Amino acid sequence: MQPPAIAIRGAHKRYGEITAVNGLDLEVPAGVCFGLLGPNGAGKSTTMRLLTAQSLADEGEITVLGHTLPAQSKQARMQMGVVPQLDNLDIELTCRQVLSVFARLYRVARHERHAAIARALAIANLTARADTRVSELSGGMRRRLLVARGLIHQPRLVLLDEPTVGLDPQIRQELWSLIDSLRSAGVTMLMSTHYIEEAERLADVVAVMSAGRVIAQGTPAELTLAHAGERVVEVYGTPERLAEVGELAAARGWSSRRSGPAVAIMHAESLGEEVPDGTTRPANLEDAFVALTGEEIE
Amino acid sequence: MSSTPPGTPVRAVRRLEPAALAGVMTRDIVLFGRYWKATTFSSIVQPTIYLLAFAAGIGALVNRVGHVPYLDYVATGVVATAVLFSSAFPGMFNTFVRWRFQRTYDALLAAPVDVEELVTAEVLWISLRAGVYGLAPILVGIVFGLHPAVGMLLVVPIGFLTGFGFAAFGVLLAAIAKTIDNFNYVTSAVLTPMFLVAGTFFPITSLPAGIRVVARFNPLYHCVQLVRDASLGSLGVADLAHAGVLALFAIVMWRLAIWRLGKRLID
Repeated sequence: MQPPAIAIRGAHKRYGEITAVNGLDLEVPAGVCFGLLGPNGAGKSTTMRLLTAQSLADEGEITVLGHTLPAQSKQARMQMGVVPQLDNLDIELTCRQVLSVFARLYRVARHERHAAIARALAIANLTARADTRVSELSGGMRRRLLVARGLIHQPRLVLLDEPTVGLDPQIRQELWSLIDSLRSAGVTMLMSTHYIEEAERLADVVAVMSAGRVIAQGTPAELTLAHAGERVVEVYGTPERLAEVGELAAARGWSSRRSGPAVAIMHAESLGEEVPDGTTRPANLEDAFVALTGEEIE
Repeated sequence: MSSTPPGTPVRAVRRLEPAALAGVMTRDIVLFGRYWKATTFSSIVQPTIYLLAFAAGIGALVNRVGHVPYLDYVATGVVATAVLFSSAFPGMFNTFVRWRFQRTYDALLAAPVDVEELVTAEVLWISLRAGVYGLAPILVGIVFGLHPAVGMLLVVPIGFLTGFGFAAFGVLLAAIAKTIDNFNYVTSAVLTPMFLVAGTFFPITSLPAGIRVVARFNPLYHCVQLVRDASLGSLGVADLAHAGVLALFAIVMWRLAIWRLGKRLID
Protein backbone atom coordinates (compact mmCIF):
# COMPACT_ATOMS: atom_id res chain seq x y z
CA MET A 1 0.00 0.00 0.00
CA GLN A 2 1.20 3.50 -0.84
CA PRO A 3 2.03 5.87 2.00
CA PRO A 4 -0.65 8.50 2.59
CA ALA A 5 -0.51 11.66 0.48
CA ILE A 6 -1.25 13.76 3.54
CA ALA A 7 -0.85 12.93 7.21
CA ILE A 8 -1.74 15.47 9.89
CA ARG A 9 -1.41 14.52 13.55
CA GLY A 10 -2.49 16.62 16.48
CA ALA A 11 -2.40 19.95 14.63
CA HIS A 12 -3.36 23.10 16.48
CA LYS A 13 -3.56 26.59 15.02
CA ARG A 14 -4.63 29.59 17.04
CA TYR A 15 -5.14 33.16 15.89
CA GLY A 16 -5.21 35.18 19.06
CA GLU A 17 -8.35 34.13 20.91
CA ILE A 18 -9.64 31.99 18.08
CA THR A 19 -8.58 28.37 17.73
CA ALA A 20 -9.07 27.59 14.05
CA VAL A 21 -7.62 24.09 14.11
CA ASN A 22 -7.93 22.22 17.36
CA GLY A 23 -6.27 18.82 17.53
CA LEU A 24 -6.72 17.88 13.91
CA ASP A 25 -5.87 14.35 12.79
CA LEU A 26 -6.25 13.67 9.09
CA GLU A 27 -4.91 11.03 6.76
CA VAL A 28 -5.53 11.30 3.03
CA PRO A 29 -4.69 8.09 1.14
CA ALA A 30 -3.07 8.36 -2.27
CA GLY A 31 -5.36 8.11 -5.28
CA VAL A 32 -8.65 9.18 -3.75
CA CYS A 33 -10.77 12.28 -3.86
CA PHE A 34 -11.00 13.20 -0.22
CA GLY A 35 -13.72 15.60 0.87
CA LEU A 36 -13.31 17.84 3.87
CA LEU A 37 -16.86 18.75 4.74
CA GLY A 38 -17.76 21.25 7.39
CA PRO A 39 -19.71 24.39 8.13
CA ASN A 40 -18.12 27.80 7.67
CA GLY A 41 -15.58 28.37 10.40
CA ALA A 42 -14.88 24.67 10.95
CA GLY A 43 -11.20 25.20 10.08
CA LYS A 44 -11.16 23.89 6.51
CA SER A 45 -9.40 26.85 4.93
CA THR A 46 -6.86 27.00 7.75
CA THR A 47 -6.15 23.32 7.16
CA MET A 48 -5.54 24.08 3.49
CA ARG A 49 -3.16 26.90 4.40
CA LEU A 50 -1.30 24.62 6.78
CA LEU A 51 -0.73 22.19 3.92
CA THR A 52 1.01 24.84 1.78
CA ALA A 53 2.85 26.22 4.83
CA GLN A 54 1.18 29.58 4.34
CA SER A 55 0.08 29.06 7.92
CA LEU A 56 2.37 27.44 10.44
CA ALA A 57 0.84 25.09 13.00
CA ASP A 58 1.40 25.91 16.66
CA GLU A 59 1.57 22.19 17.43
CA GLY A 60 1.36 18.91 15.58
CA GLU A 61 3.01 17.06 12.74
CA ILE A 62 2.19 17.53 9.10
CA THR A 63 3.55 15.41 6.27
CA VAL A 64 2.68 16.02 2.63
CA LEU A 65 3.84 13.55 -0.02
CA GLY A 66 6.45 12.30 2.39
CA HIS A 67 7.83 15.78 3.13
CA THR A 68 7.70 17.12 6.66
CA LEU A 69 6.23 20.61 6.98
CA PRO A 70 7.13 23.37 7.33
CA ALA A 71 10.84 22.57 6.81
CA GLN A 72 10.30 20.72 3.51
CA SER A 73 7.21 22.56 2.37
CA LYS A 74 8.83 23.76 -0.81
CA GLN A 75 9.55 20.21 -1.96
CA ALA A 76 5.96 19.34 -1.17
CA ARG A 77 4.65 22.35 -3.08
CA MET A 78 6.68 21.31 -6.16
CA GLN A 79 4.49 18.21 -6.47
CA MET A 80 1.24 19.73 -5.30
CA GLY A 81 -1.31 21.86 -7.15
CA VAL A 82 -3.45 24.39 -5.31
CA VAL A 83 -6.83 25.70 -6.42
CA PRO A 84 -7.70 28.54 -4.06
CA GLN A 85 -11.10 29.51 -2.77
CA LEU A 86 -10.66 33.14 -3.80
CA ASP A 87 -9.81 33.97 -7.38
CA ASN A 88 -6.24 35.26 -7.36
CA LEU A 89 -5.56 35.21 -11.09
CA ASP A 90 -3.63 38.03 -12.70
CA ILE A 91 -6.47 39.67 -14.56
CA GLU A 92 -4.15 41.57 -16.90
CA LEU A 93 -2.58 38.42 -18.29
CA THR A 94 -3.94 36.04 -20.91
CA CYS A 95 -4.70 32.42 -20.02
CA ARG A 96 -1.52 31.32 -21.75
CA GLN A 97 0.57 33.89 -19.88
CA VAL A 98 -0.89 32.86 -16.52
CA LEU A 99 -0.03 29.23 -17.25
CA SER A 100 3.40 30.16 -18.57
CA VAL A 101 4.28 32.01 -15.36
CA PHE A 102 3.19 29.07 -13.23
CA ALA A 103 4.92 26.54 -15.49
CA ARG A 104 8.15 28.35 -14.65
CA LEU A 105 7.31 28.59 -10.96
CA TYR A 106 6.66 24.87 -10.90
CA ARG A 107 9.97 24.20 -12.66
CA VAL A 108 8.44 22.63 -15.74
CA ALA A 109 11.46 22.17 -18.01
CA ARG A 110 11.71 24.63 -20.89
CA HIS A 111 11.18 22.01 -23.61
CA GLU A 112 8.10 20.67 -21.81
CA ARG A 113 6.45 24.01 -21.11
CA HIS A 114 4.65 24.41 -24.39
CA ALA A 115 3.08 20.96 -24.16
CA ALA A 116 2.24 21.47 -20.47
CA ILE A 117 0.39 24.71 -21.23
CA ALA A 118 -1.49 23.11 -24.12
CA ARG A 119 -2.48 20.17 -21.93
CA ALA A 120 -3.68 22.38 -19.06
CA LEU A 121 -5.71 24.51 -21.47
CA ALA A 122 -7.28 21.36 -22.90
CA ILE A 123 -8.15 19.94 -19.47
CA ALA A 124 -9.89 23.21 -18.56
CA ASN A 125 -11.52 23.43 -21.98
CA LEU A 126 -9.92 26.82 -22.56
CA THR A 127 -7.86 26.09 -25.66
CA ALA A 128 -9.95 28.49 -27.74
CA ARG A 129 -9.45 31.16 -25.08
CA ALA A 130 -5.70 30.74 -24.71
CA ASP A 131 -4.95 34.30 -25.73
CA THR A 132 -7.91 35.95 -24.02
CA ARG A 133 -7.13 38.19 -21.09
CA VAL A 134 -8.38 36.90 -17.73
CA SER A 135 -10.41 40.07 -17.18
CA GLU A 136 -12.47 39.16 -20.26
CA LEU A 137 -13.26 35.62 -19.18
CA SER A 138 -16.59 34.55 -17.69
CA GLY A 139 -16.73 33.48 -14.05
CA GLY A 140 -16.82 29.81 -15.01
CA MET A 141 -13.83 30.15 -17.32
CA ARG A 142 -11.83 31.90 -14.61
CA ARG A 143 -12.58 29.05 -12.23
CA ARG A 144 -11.49 26.51 -14.79
CA LEU A 145 -8.31 28.49 -15.40
CA LEU A 146 -7.60 28.38 -11.66
CA VAL A 147 -7.86 24.60 -11.86
CA ALA A 148 -5.67 24.49 -14.98
CA ARG A 149 -3.07 26.62 -13.21
CA GLY A 150 -2.97 24.13 -10.35
CA LEU A 151 -2.47 21.24 -12.79
CA ILE A 152 0.23 22.75 -15.02
CA HIS A 153 2.98 20.56 -13.54
CA GLN A 154 0.95 17.32 -13.35
CA PRO A 155 0.92 17.34 -9.57
CA ARG A 156 0.62 14.17 -7.52
CA LEU A 157 -1.77 15.94 -5.18
CA VAL A 158 -4.29 18.72 -5.76
CA LEU A 159 -5.80 20.87 -3.02
CA LEU A 160 -9.18 22.34 -3.89
CA ASP A 161 -10.41 24.88 -1.35
CA GLU A 162 -14.17 25.33 -1.71
CA PRO A 163 -13.87 24.95 -5.49
CA THR A 164 -17.42 26.03 -6.29
CA VAL A 165 -18.26 28.47 -3.51
CA GLY A 166 -20.40 31.34 -4.72
CA LEU A 167 -20.81 29.95 -8.24
CA ASP A 168 -23.97 29.70 -10.32
CA PRO A 169 -25.43 26.18 -10.44
CA GLN A 170 -24.47 25.84 -14.09
CA ILE A 171 -20.84 26.80 -13.48
CA ARG A 172 -20.80 24.48 -10.50
CA GLN A 173 -21.79 21.61 -12.80
CA GLU A 174 -18.92 22.50 -15.13
CA LEU A 175 -16.47 22.42 -12.25
CA TRP A 176 -17.87 19.16 -10.97
CA SER A 177 -17.35 17.39 -14.26
CA LEU A 178 -13.81 18.77 -14.37
CA ILE A 179 -13.06 17.47 -10.88
CA ASP A 180 -14.73 14.19 -11.71
CA SER A 181 -12.46 13.71 -14.71
CA LEU A 182 -9.42 14.35 -12.52
CA ARG A 183 -10.67 11.77 -10.09
CA SER A 184 -11.05 9.26 -12.90
CA ALA A 185 -7.46 10.03 -13.92
CA GLY A 186 -6.32 8.96 -10.45
CA VAL A 187 -5.15 12.35 -9.17
CA THR A 188 -5.15 12.50 -5.37
CA MET A 189 -7.36 15.38 -4.30
CA LEU A 190 -8.22 17.03 -1.04
CA MET A 191 -11.32 19.13 -1.51
CA SER A 192 -12.82 21.29 1.18
CA THR A 193 -16.45 22.17 0.83
CA HIS A 194 -19.47 23.18 2.80
CA TYR A 195 -21.81 21.88 0.13
CA ILE A 196 -23.13 18.45 1.06
CA GLU A 197 -24.05 17.67 -2.51
CA GLU A 198 -20.52 18.42 -3.67
CA ALA A 199 -18.99 16.06 -1.14
CA GLU A 200 -21.58 13.40 -1.86
CA ARG A 201 -21.08 13.57 -5.62
CA LEU A 202 -17.32 13.89 -5.84
CA ALA A 203 -15.64 12.52 -2.74
CA ASP A 204 -14.61 8.89 -2.30
CA VAL A 205 -14.03 9.54 1.38
CA VAL A 206 -15.50 12.35 3.45
CA ALA A 207 -14.16 13.71 6.73
CA VAL A 208 -16.64 15.85 8.62
CA MET A 209 -14.94 18.78 10.31
CA SER A 210 -16.34 20.80 13.15
CA ALA A 211 -14.69 23.28 15.49
CA GLY A 212 -11.21 22.59 14.17
CA ARG A 213 -11.14 18.80 14.17
CA VAL A 214 -12.44 15.78 12.29
CA ILE A 215 -15.48 14.33 14.04
CA ALA A 216 -16.32 11.53 11.60
CA GLN A 217 -14.90 9.94 8.52
CA GLY A 218 -15.96 7.41 5.91
CA THR A 219 -17.49 7.03 2.49
CA PRO A 220 -20.67 9.08 2.09
CA ALA A 221 -22.66 5.82 2.35
CA GLU A 222 -20.85 4.75 5.53
CA LEU A 223 -21.33 8.11 7.16
CA THR A 224 -24.98 8.14 6.26
CA LEU A 225 -25.57 4.65 7.61
CA ALA A 226 -23.62 5.27 10.82
CA HIS A 227 -25.14 8.61 11.73
CA ALA A 228 -28.58 8.69 10.09
CA GLY A 229 -29.35 5.02 9.55
CA GLU A 230 -31.09 3.53 6.54
CA ARG A 231 -34.27 5.50 6.60
CA VAL A 232 -35.59 8.76 7.90
CA VAL A 233 -39.17 9.50 8.76
CA GLU A 234 -40.35 13.02 8.16
CA VAL A 235 -43.32 14.15 10.21
CA TYR A 236 -45.31 17.13 8.90
CA GLY A 237 -47.85 19.11 10.83
CA THR A 238 -48.71 22.29 12.70
CA PRO A 239 -45.98 24.03 14.67
CA GLU A 240 -47.51 22.56 17.84
CA ARG A 241 -47.43 19.05 16.41
CA LEU A 242 -43.81 19.53 15.29
CA ALA A 243 -42.83 20.74 18.76
CA GLU A 244 -44.54 17.70 20.28
CA VAL A 245 -42.71 15.31 17.94
CA GLY A 246 -39.45 17.11 18.72
CA GLU A 247 -40.00 16.63 22.44
CA LEU A 248 -40.90 12.98 21.99
CA ALA A 249 -37.71 12.42 19.99
CA ALA A 250 -35.66 14.15 22.66
CA ALA A 251 -37.29 12.13 25.42
CA ARG A 252 -36.65 8.85 23.61
CA GLY A 253 -33.12 9.86 22.70
CA TRP A 254 -33.83 9.67 18.95
CA SER A 255 -31.64 11.61 16.62
CA SER A 256 -33.84 14.19 14.94
CA ARG A 257 -33.71 17.53 13.19
CA ARG A 258 -35.95 20.22 11.84
CA SER A 259 -36.06 19.87 8.08
CA GLY A 260 -38.06 22.68 6.50
CA PRO A 261 -41.69 22.25 7.47
CA ALA A 262 -41.09 18.83 9.05
CA VAL A 263 -39.24 17.07 11.83
CA ALA A 264 -36.97 14.36 10.47
CA ILE A 265 -36.21 11.39 12.71
CA MET A 266 -33.13 9.39 11.84
CA HIS A 267 -32.63 5.61 12.11
CA ALA A 268 -36.34 5.12 11.43
CA GLU A 269 -35.75 1.43 10.67
CA SER A 270 -34.80 0.69 14.28
CA LEU A 271 -37.22 2.79 16.29
CA GLY A 272 -40.06 0.30 16.65
CA GLU A 273 -43.75 1.16 16.81
CA GLU A 274 -43.51 4.40 18.72
CA VAL A 275 -42.41 6.29 15.61
CA PRO A 276 -45.01 8.90 14.67
CA ASP A 277 -46.69 8.63 11.31
CA GLY A 278 -44.94 10.39 8.53
CA THR A 279 -43.20 10.05 5.21
CA THR A 280 -40.35 7.61 5.10
CA ARG A 281 -37.41 8.27 2.77
CA PRO A 282 -33.83 6.95 2.48
CA ALA A 283 -31.36 8.67 4.78
CA ASN A 284 -28.73 10.85 3.11
CA LEU A 285 -25.42 12.54 3.88
CA GLU A 286 -27.18 15.75 4.86
CA ASP A 287 -29.04 13.91 7.65
CA ALA A 288 -25.76 12.46 8.87
CA PHE A 289 -24.07 15.84 8.67
CA VAL A 290 -26.74 17.56 10.71
CA ALA A 291 -26.77 14.73 13.22
CA LEU A 292 -23.01 15.11 13.57
CA THR A 293 -22.57 18.86 13.64
CA GLY A 294 -25.96 20.04 14.78
CA GLU A 295 -25.84 22.55 11.97
CA GLU A 296 -28.10 22.95 8.99
CA ILE A 297 -26.09 23.90 5.96
CA GLU A 298 -26.57 24.61 2.30
CA MET B 1 -0.49 10.94 -12.61
CA SER B 2 0.10 9.17 -9.33
CA SER B 3 3.78 8.44 -9.97
CA THR B 4 6.31 11.26 -10.08
CA PRO B 5 5.94 12.76 -13.53
CA PRO B 6 8.88 14.17 -15.48
CA GLY B 7 9.45 17.87 -14.88
CA THR B 8 8.90 17.75 -11.14
CA PRO B 9 11.89 15.87 -9.81
CA VAL B 10 12.30 15.63 -6.08
CA ARG B 11 15.30 17.74 -5.24
CA ALA B 12 17.07 19.45 -2.43
CA VAL B 13 16.02 23.05 -2.05
CA ARG B 14 18.49 25.88 -2.02
CA ARG B 15 17.80 29.40 -0.93
CA LEU B 16 17.07 31.96 -3.62
CA GLU B 17 16.57 29.42 -6.37
CA PRO B 18 17.09 30.98 -9.80
CA ALA B 19 14.01 29.15 -11.14
CA ALA B 20 11.78 30.74 -8.48
CA LEU B 21 13.24 34.20 -9.07
CA ALA B 22 12.84 33.78 -12.82
CA GLY B 23 9.24 32.64 -12.39
CA VAL B 24 8.25 35.66 -10.33
CA MET B 25 10.14 38.01 -12.63
CA THR B 26 8.52 36.47 -15.70
CA ARG B 27 5.24 37.67 -14.31
CA ASP B 28 6.65 41.16 -13.83
CA ILE B 29 8.08 41.21 -17.33
CA VAL B 30 4.82 40.09 -18.92
CA LEU B 31 2.94 42.75 -16.95
CA PHE B 32 5.55 45.32 -17.95
CA GLY B 33 4.77 44.46 -21.55
CA ARG B 34 1.30 45.80 -20.80
CA TYR B 35 2.29 48.90 -18.91
CA TRP B 36 5.70 49.92 -20.18
CA LYS B 37 4.41 52.99 -21.97
CA ALA B 38 2.75 54.54 -18.93
CA THR B 39 5.53 53.47 -16.57
CA THR B 40 8.26 54.76 -18.84
CA PHE B 41 6.43 57.99 -19.53
CA SER B 42 6.04 58.86 -15.85
CA SER B 43 9.55 57.71 -14.98
CA ILE B 44 11.07 59.93 -17.63
CA VAL B 45 8.78 62.92 -17.76
CA GLN B 46 8.73 63.68 -14.05
CA PRO B 47 12.50 64.04 -13.61
CA THR B 48 12.71 65.83 -16.93
CA ILE B 49 10.33 68.45 -15.66
CA TYR B 50 12.43 68.91 -12.54
CA LEU B 51 15.53 69.10 -14.66
CA LEU B 52 14.16 71.67 -17.06
CA ALA B 53 12.46 73.77 -14.40
CA PHE B 54 15.53 73.98 -12.20
CA ALA B 55 18.01 74.34 -15.05
CA ALA B 56 15.97 77.16 -16.58
CA GLY B 57 14.85 78.80 -13.34
CA ILE B 58 17.81 78.49 -10.99
CA GLY B 59 20.22 78.20 -13.91
CA ALA B 60 19.36 81.80 -14.84
CA LEU B 61 20.61 82.90 -11.41
CA VAL B 62 23.40 80.39 -10.83
CA ASN B 63 26.00 79.63 -13.44
CA ARG B 64 28.00 77.01 -11.67
CA VAL B 65 28.15 75.02 -8.48
CA GLY B 66 31.84 74.83 -7.70
CA HIS B 67 33.33 74.23 -11.11
CA VAL B 68 30.33 72.33 -12.45
CA PRO B 69 27.92 74.09 -14.83
CA TYR B 70 24.46 74.20 -13.24
CA LEU B 71 22.79 72.18 -16.03
CA ASP B 72 25.34 69.40 -15.54
CA TYR B 73 24.88 69.66 -11.80
CA VAL B 74 21.11 69.23 -11.97
CA ALA B 75 21.07 66.66 -14.78
CA THR B 76 23.34 64.35 -12.82
CA GLY B 77 21.52 65.08 -9.57
CA VAL B 78 18.06 64.34 -10.95
CA VAL B 79 19.20 60.79 -11.79
CA ALA B 80 18.75 60.02 -8.11
CA THR B 81 15.25 61.51 -8.20
CA ALA B 82 14.34 59.38 -11.21
CA VAL B 83 15.71 56.27 -9.50
CA LEU B 84 13.86 57.07 -6.27
CA PHE B 85 10.53 57.58 -8.01
CA SER B 86 10.86 54.48 -10.15
CA SER B 87 11.82 52.25 -7.23
CA ALA B 88 10.21 53.38 -3.96
CA PHE B 89 6.75 53.93 -5.48
CA PRO B 90 6.48 50.57 -7.27
CA GLY B 91 7.93 48.98 -4.15
CA MET B 92 5.12 50.43 -2.05
CA PHE B 93 2.14 50.37 -4.37
CA ASN B 94 2.78 47.23 -6.44
CA THR B 95 3.43 45.24 -3.31
CA PHE B 96 0.40 46.53 -1.49
CA VAL B 97 -1.97 46.11 -4.43
CA ARG B 98 -0.71 42.66 -5.39
CA TRP B 99 -0.74 41.41 -1.87
CA ARG B 100 -3.88 42.98 -0.44
CA PHE B 101 -6.17 43.58 -3.41
CA GLN B 102 -5.19 41.05 -6.07
CA ARG B 103 -4.03 38.27 -3.70
CA THR B 104 -1.23 37.57 -6.16
CA TYR B 105 1.23 36.77 -3.41
CA ASP B 106 -1.12 34.15 -1.99
CA ALA B 107 -1.10 32.46 -5.38
CA LEU B 108 2.68 32.67 -5.72
CA LEU B 109 3.37 31.35 -2.24
CA ALA B 110 1.17 28.32 -2.84
CA ALA B 111 3.66 27.45 -5.59
CA PRO B 112 7.22 26.48 -4.66
CA VAL B 113 8.33 30.03 -3.97
CA ASP B 114 9.18 31.38 -0.54
CA VAL B 115 8.92 34.92 0.79
CA GLU B 116 12.64 35.52 0.42
CA GLU B 117 12.50 34.63 -3.27
CA LEU B 118 9.31 36.57 -3.81
CA VAL B 119 10.65 39.79 -2.29
CA THR B 120 14.05 39.41 -3.94
CA ALA B 121 12.56 38.86 -7.39
CA GLU B 122 10.19 41.81 -7.09
CA VAL B 123 12.94 44.11 -5.82
CA LEU B 124 15.39 42.89 -8.45
CA TRP B 125 12.97 43.62 -11.24
CA ILE B 126 12.10 47.08 -9.96
CA SER B 127 15.73 48.02 -9.46
CA LEU B 128 16.82 46.79 -12.89
CA ARG B 129 14.15 49.03 -14.35
CA ALA B 130 15.12 51.91 -12.08
CA GLY B 131 18.75 51.61 -13.19
CA VAL B 132 17.72 52.04 -16.80
CA TYR B 133 15.31 54.86 -16.06
CA GLY B 134 18.13 56.61 -14.21
CA LEU B 135 19.68 57.26 -17.59
CA ALA B 136 16.73 59.42 -18.67
CA PRO B 137 17.86 62.70 -17.03
CA ILE B 138 21.35 62.16 -18.43
CA LEU B 139 19.95 61.75 -21.95
CA VAL B 140 17.74 64.80 -21.55
CA GLY B 141 20.74 66.70 -20.16
CA ILE B 142 22.77 65.71 -23.19
CA VAL B 143 20.08 67.13 -25.45
CA PHE B 144 20.43 70.42 -23.57
CA GLY B 145 24.20 70.53 -23.62
CA LEU B 146 25.55 68.06 -21.05
CA HIS B 147 28.78 66.62 -22.41
CA PRO B 148 28.45 62.84 -23.02
CA ALA B 149 31.02 60.67 -21.28
CA VAL B 150 31.69 56.94 -21.00
CA GLY B 151 31.41 57.16 -17.21
CA MET B 152 27.70 57.92 -17.64
CA LEU B 153 27.14 54.23 -18.37
CA LEU B 154 27.87 53.64 -14.70
CA VAL B 155 24.58 55.38 -14.01
CA VAL B 156 22.81 52.07 -14.72
CA PRO B 157 24.59 50.02 -12.03
CA ILE B 158 24.51 52.94 -9.59
CA GLY B 159 20.80 53.37 -10.24
CA PHE B 160 20.31 49.64 -9.81
CA LEU B 161 22.08 49.59 -6.45
CA THR B 162 20.19 52.64 -5.20
CA GLY B 163 16.92 51.38 -6.63
CA PHE B 164 17.38 48.03 -4.93
CA GLY B 165 17.51 49.71 -1.53
CA PHE B 166 14.56 51.97 -2.22
CA ALA B 167 12.44 49.24 -3.81
CA ALA B 168 13.04 47.10 -0.72
CA PHE B 169 12.26 50.14 1.44
CA GLY B 170 8.95 50.41 -0.45
CA VAL B 171 8.18 46.73 0.13
CA LEU B 172 8.96 47.19 3.82
CA LEU B 173 6.54 50.12 4.00
CA ALA B 174 3.87 48.11 2.20
CA ALA B 175 4.32 45.34 4.75
CA ILE B 176 3.86 47.83 7.59
CA ALA B 177 1.07 49.97 6.09
CA LYS B 178 -2.45 49.34 7.34
CA THR B 179 -4.14 51.00 4.38
CA ILE B 180 -2.88 52.31 1.09
CA ASP B 181 -3.49 55.87 2.31
CA ASN B 182 -0.68 55.45 4.81
CA PHE B 183 1.74 55.95 1.93
CA ASN B 184 0.77 59.64 1.83
CA TYR B 185 2.62 60.16 5.11
CA VAL B 186 5.72 58.54 3.72
CA THR B 187 5.62 60.46 0.48
CA SER B 188 5.26 63.85 2.14
CA ALA B 189 7.34 63.33 5.25
CA VAL B 190 10.11 61.05 4.03
CA LEU B 191 10.52 60.85 0.28
CA THR B 192 10.03 64.52 -0.59
CA PRO B 193 12.60 65.87 1.90
CA MET B 194 14.88 63.03 0.91
CA PHE B 195 15.10 63.98 -2.72
CA LEU B 196 15.32 67.71 -1.96
CA VAL B 197 18.09 67.33 0.62
CA ALA B 198 20.37 65.10 -1.38
CA GLY B 199 22.57 67.57 -3.22
CA THR B 200 20.32 67.27 -6.24
CA PHE B 201 19.53 70.91 -6.87
CA PHE B 202 21.96 72.60 -4.47
CA PRO B 203 24.95 71.35 -2.50
CA ILE B 204 24.18 70.14 0.99
CA THR B 205 27.08 72.31 2.19
CA SER B 206 24.77 75.28 1.80
CA LEU B 207 22.42 73.78 4.41
CA PRO B 208 22.59 74.49 8.16
CA ALA B 209 25.10 72.26 9.95
CA GLY B 210 22.46 70.03 11.61
CA ILE B 211 20.63 69.24 8.40
CA ARG B 212 23.95 68.73 6.63
CA VAL B 213 24.74 65.91 9.04
CA VAL B 214 21.31 64.34 8.52
CA ALA B 215 21.72 64.61 4.76
CA ARG B 216 24.82 62.44 4.91
CA PHE B 217 22.62 59.62 6.15
CA ASN B 218 20.38 60.04 3.13
CA PRO B 219 21.19 57.24 0.67
CA LEU B 220 20.11 59.49 -2.18
CA TYR B 221 22.88 61.92 -1.30
CA HIS B 222 25.40 59.15 -1.90
CA CYS B 223 23.70 58.20 -5.13
CA VAL B 224 23.87 61.81 -6.33
CA GLN B 225 27.56 62.10 -5.49
CA LEU B 226 28.40 58.83 -7.16
CA VAL B 227 26.46 59.62 -10.34
CA ARG B 228 27.95 63.09 -10.57
CA ASP B 229 31.49 61.86 -10.09
CA ALA B 230 31.01 59.03 -12.59
CA SER B 231 29.36 61.25 -15.20
CA LEU B 232 31.70 64.21 -14.87
CA GLY B 233 34.85 62.13 -14.72
CA SER B 234 35.79 62.88 -11.14
CA LEU B 235 35.57 59.45 -9.51
CA GLY B 236 37.78 59.13 -6.45
CA VAL B 237 38.33 57.21 -3.26
CA ALA B 238 35.37 58.93 -1.58
CA ASP B 239 33.11 57.24 -4.11
CA LEU B 240 33.95 53.85 -2.66
CA ALA B 241 32.39 55.08 0.57
CA HIS B 242 29.34 56.34 -1.31
CA ALA B 243 28.95 52.93 -2.99
CA GLY B 244 29.45 51.24 0.37
CA VAL B 245 26.64 53.23 1.96
CA LEU B 246 24.31 52.37 -0.92
CA ALA B 247 25.20 48.69 -0.67
CA LEU B 248 24.63 48.70 3.07
CA PHE B 249 21.30 50.47 2.65
CA ALA B 250 20.28 47.92 0.00
CA ILE B 251 21.20 44.92 2.11
CA VAL B 252 19.54 46.20 5.28
CA MET B 253 16.32 47.17 3.50
CA TRP B 254 16.25 43.88 1.60
CA ARG B 255 16.49 41.80 4.79
CA LEU B 256 13.99 44.00 6.63
CA ALA B 257 11.51 43.77 3.76
CA ILE B 258 11.75 39.96 3.69
CA TRP B 259 11.39 39.72 7.45
CA ARG B 260 8.45 42.09 7.71
CA LEU B 261 6.48 40.88 4.70
CA GLY B 262 7.14 37.30 5.76
CA LYS B 263 5.49 38.03 9.11
CA ARG B 264 2.43 39.31 7.29
CA LEU B 265 2.18 36.69 4.55
CA ILE B 266 2.84 33.57 6.59
CA ASP B 267 0.72 33.42 9.71
